[in-house]
Amino acid sequence: MSTASLIHPVAPATNFAHSLRIYSKETKYEFFKLLRAKSFSLAVIGFPVMLYIIFGLVNRHAQEGKVHVAKYILGGYACFGLVGAALFGIGVGLASERTAGWLELKRASPMPPMAYLFAKCITAVAFGIIIVSVLITLAVTMGGVSLSAGELVRMLGMTIVGAIAFASMGLLLALVVPANAASGIINLIYLPMSFMSGLWVPIQFLPHWLQRIAPALPTYHLAQLMQNIFGYADAASMASHWTGLAGFTILMLGASWLIFHRSQQSA
Amino acid sequence: MPLTAIAFETERPATSRPAVAQQQPIATLANVTKRYGATTALDGLSLALHPGEIVALLGPNGAGKSTAVRLLLGLISASTGAASVFGSDPRNPATRSRTGAMLQVARLPETLRVREHLDLFRSYYPHPLPVQEIVRIAQLDGIHNRFFSQLSGGQKQRVLFGLALCGDPDLIVLDEPTVGMDIEARRGLWQQIRSLANQGKTVLLTTHYLEEADALAHRIIVINEGRIVSEGTPSEIKSRGAGRKISCRTDLDIEYLRTLPSVTSVERNRDAVVVTAGNAEDVVREMLLQDAALSDLEIASPALEDAFLALTSTR
Repeated sequence: MSTASLIHPVAPATNFAHSLRIYSKETKYEFFKLLRAKSFSLAVIGFPVMLYIIFGLVNRHAQEGKVHVAKYILGGYACFGLVGAALFGIGVGLASERTAGWLELKRASPMPPMAYLFAKCITAVAFGIIIVSVLITLAVTMGGVSLSAGELVRMLGMTIVGAIAFASMGLLLALVVPANAASGIINLIYLPMSFMSGLWVPIQFLPHWLQRIAPALPTYHLAQLMQNIFGYADAASMASHWTGLAGFTILMLGASWLIFHRSQQSA
Repeated sequence: MPLTAIAFETERPATSRPAVAQQQPIATLANVTKRYGATTALDGLSLALHPGEIVALLGPNGAGKSTAVRLLLGLISASTGAASVFGSDPRNPATRSRTGAMLQVARLPETLRVREHLDLFRSYYPHPLPVQEIVRIAQLDGIHNRFFSQLSGGQKQRVLFGLALCGDPDLIVLDEPTVGMDIEARRGLWQQIRSLANQGKTVLLTTHYLEEADALAHRIIVINEGRIVSEGTPSEIKSRGAGRKISCRTDLDIEYLRTLPSVTSVERNRDAVVVTAGNAEDVVREMLLQDAALSDLEIASPALEDAFLALTSTR
């Protein structure tokens, strides 16, 4: 080997095909990694499905005014499921990879950092779609729920939007919580937040003081956007819910960026 | 350059150092200081790595070894001073494409197979090493299809070594590479590291095992408290640290022996006298002149461990 070939840096191979290959492989393996981790995949898919069977399917004939209860609950558990996949997949996954030193080894490689975040985000979307699809299948086949093609498409679209929004919260949590406490802390946030936003029990049935807190929660806005697909949303305007969800996402990403940069500077 | 020549690797004494000193260094730390708050991890440290050499960074826990490694990998930035690899910033993606790293990673994602880990890591590099080459060099035969969770500690280390080779790197940085390996696996890895260096690749390793530095490195850099304490070939380090031990039967007076130049200690060990001296040849010559009846002469090099302890405890 000549000295010259050692001293001159090679041209950065940033061609598009190479980047595409990195992004697709990173995403593929992130997805299989989580799918095969039974403690993750069984819990995030099984939990909302089991709860929907218990609380949704028993209400197959229940009607509250013009609201079909099993369909309303489908919207709630769809949100519950996709939020769980994003928070646990990214929050716990990234925190443990950071603590184990795995992320550092990847950072020492020429992997583009965006590929890592992209893979985590798309995987959260994929799990969201799996969970929502299973719930829809249960609702339609056993819950007496009728969905139009338009409603189905809009539900899946909202699943993608919601998964990306809560991926940003997963990212922030991964940066601030210690890995060994991550799943406990995330449960402490995720479960009360889901309850108070009306994901389990329709928000109208919650105490009034809880209903007043709900607009401060991102899950509430996501749930209202989801219920709006069925015409079940409450009186507030959809624009306010879109603003709430977008504002939350920007806040999470901004805080993550700030924390990441501060840690880079002290490193 | 592909790693095809490895099959012809033969055991080579560590001291047969390639003529590299005259060449341009491919990686340098120039007067680097790294502070974390009030603690100083590195204190004006400079080092240079040349093509084809194996350099061992040796030092007690907290000496700054890992900090130096992470600076060269562009994972942290220096408080003052500069790190340079292949003439540019270590954080440059083109630089990273030519560098392979093996860090102390507690756990890789456990639900991926060894071949999947390799497939993913190879995709990061513009000119990756063929999979079968990685499998052969890192000795991953037979565990290629296993999940990471199914591997033993030594096998996990070999996978990490394999990941460091994925990009066919010119600079390979190994942080405690043989932790958790049995002796046989360790020697196997040493052999692979030597053959990488024979192909002109540069290897920097940190280690706790003095035996490892002794057997493998062309050059040892001993650091303590963020500073270089000593630097040289393994034999230079040994002689510098504690001197050599001269053991013999002699009638010479112990007090007289203590006055000889470069003698650091004189002890009586049953019938024999043990003299520790930096310049053993001169001391022996003098002793033989003074005592014609001197017998049972032995001169021993200290273990690297003794030198290392002497070097790092004086501060």
